[in-house]
Amino acid sequence: MDIAAIFRAESGRSVATLVRLFGSIDIAEEAVQDAFAVALERWPADGLPPNPGAWITTTARNRAIDRLRRESSRHDRHAQAALLSAASEKYESEPIEPVGPVSDDRLRLIFTCCHPALAPEAQIALTLRLLGGLQTPEIARAFLVQEATMAARLTRAKKKIAAANIPYRVPGDAELPDRLKPVLAVVYLIFNEGYTASSGDDLIREDLCGEAIRLARLLARLMPDEPEVLGLLALLLLTESRRAVRTAVDGSLVLLPDQDRTRWDGELIAEGQTLVRACLRRNQPGPYQIQAAINAVHSDSPTAADTDWGQILALYDQLLAVSPTPVVALNRAVALAEVKGPAVALAAVDDLDLGAYHLFHSIRADLLTRLGCHADAATAYDAALALASNAAERSFLEGCAVAARQRAS
Amino acid sequence: MTQYLMAVYMVEGEAVPADDVIQQMYKDVDAFNQEIQAAGKWVFGGGLQPADIATVVKAQGGDVITTDGPFPEAKEQIGGFWIVNCADLDEALALAGRASRACQAPVEVRPFQDEPEA
Repeated sequence: MDIAAIFRAESGRSVATLVRLFGSIDIAEEAVQDAFAVALERWPADGLPPNPGAWITTTARNRAIDRLRRESSRHDRHAQAALLSAASEKYESEPIEPVGPVSDDRLRLIFTCCHPALAPEAQIALTLRLLGGLQTPEIARAFLVQEATMAARLTRAKKKIAAANIPYRVPGDAELPDRLKPVLAVVYLIFNEGYTASSGDDLIREDLCGEAIRLARLLARLMPDEPEVLGLLALLLLTESRRAVRTAVDGSLVLLPDQDRTRWDGELIAEGQTLVRACLRRNQPGPYQIQAAINAVHSDSPTAADTDWGQILALYDQLLAVSPTPVVALNRAVALAEVKGPAVALAAVDDLDLGAYHLFHSIRADLLTRLGCHADAATAYDAALALASNAAERSFLEGCAVAARQRAS
Repeated sequence: MTQYLMAVYMVEGEAVPADDVIQQMYKDVDAFNQEIQAAGKWVFGGGLQPADIATVVKAQGGDVITTDGPFPEAKEQIGGFWIVNCADLDEALALAGRASRACQAPVEVRPFQDEPEA
């Protein structure tokens, strides 16, 4: 029984519910941690409860009430009693099934975590911690900062939510479009963190990808008329559809052209493509929809050789127009190499100021290999290796560097 | 309900706007004030004399030291402020957005500390 994994999957829901019941993120987090300790003690002997999520929420709620009673001193007993009775009332009057998407506490919590009054890095950290159930050291690794720095960032953000009275609710229609942007960015980053964990030996952390997709689905249900929400969901589904074949049995990386396309997940592809078509009909393109469309083109090709690179390049041109970032330009260069050749692509890549990004060096190395410049390619693979922290990516790059050196000599 | 300070920031030494711009500003701020008073959100508000008019008083040991000028030697100084009652930060940020438009300057929103329990 992997109690830690069950907790990580379920804790977001419990934390979100307890924040609503007690009006405090700290109380909610502490109570869910307490419930975890109880589970570690009881589950191995008693077996898994029939509904672990509900068990965690109920146990955490009871622990929070116990703790508040214990800690309430004489002068604030009255205030504590009021808080407790309000929390109990809310809990008892709760419908068994949520009434609709708006009633999902996690959605309220994500809008609080992604409030524009918080710094973007704090938004992502809070969402991963409170909704993704990640521990502070894991989040610190994902952001390449010291654990103490990340802990301070989380503490400061939670303090601001409480002191400035940042509301715990889904924004109204008028504010929704603006408030949605950071939420979508955060969900996308959570997925990416799950898809390629920035360090460690697991290339893929399924639960993070699953959590991001779950949040994206929830957003799509709440805002079916928001094309970028559908675009984000489509992008995640189409990317997820290739997950099973993205790594070989030994854990090594398998690139898109070498993947066994018959093993791509047809159901996810069909769902993603349906969403992409719905977005195209609306004709309000945005960055997520365009990236989803690029992935849909890949999903459409039975073999790598059949890929419609002309269409992909046209979509990248469109993407670069709406989000002119060096990373988009780098990805566009990959399509450019297929359409106009590696020399044109290399010239485009060399203009980019992305020296600190490992994929910049590995894409350069690949283009140099195709141009027959094996010694330069080996140097570029070394530069990529110096920056990559994921084990599967590292062993892939090491293999490439060795091969490039052999060809050069 | 939380009480917020909405502080208007001015850059010291910046050119004074044209007279008609200032007149419009007064009109807009006045309309905004009347509106938040009618809505029951107003606690207090007003414009301040320039920061070089300020005097700093500091109790030090048994003495009280008085010095001329503002306390922070910053280019940006508070030019005026409101204190408002709002349900939450979203409401305060929405008010601050309108305040910033009316007075044509950035507005910093800061919650007051809760009153200590007796």
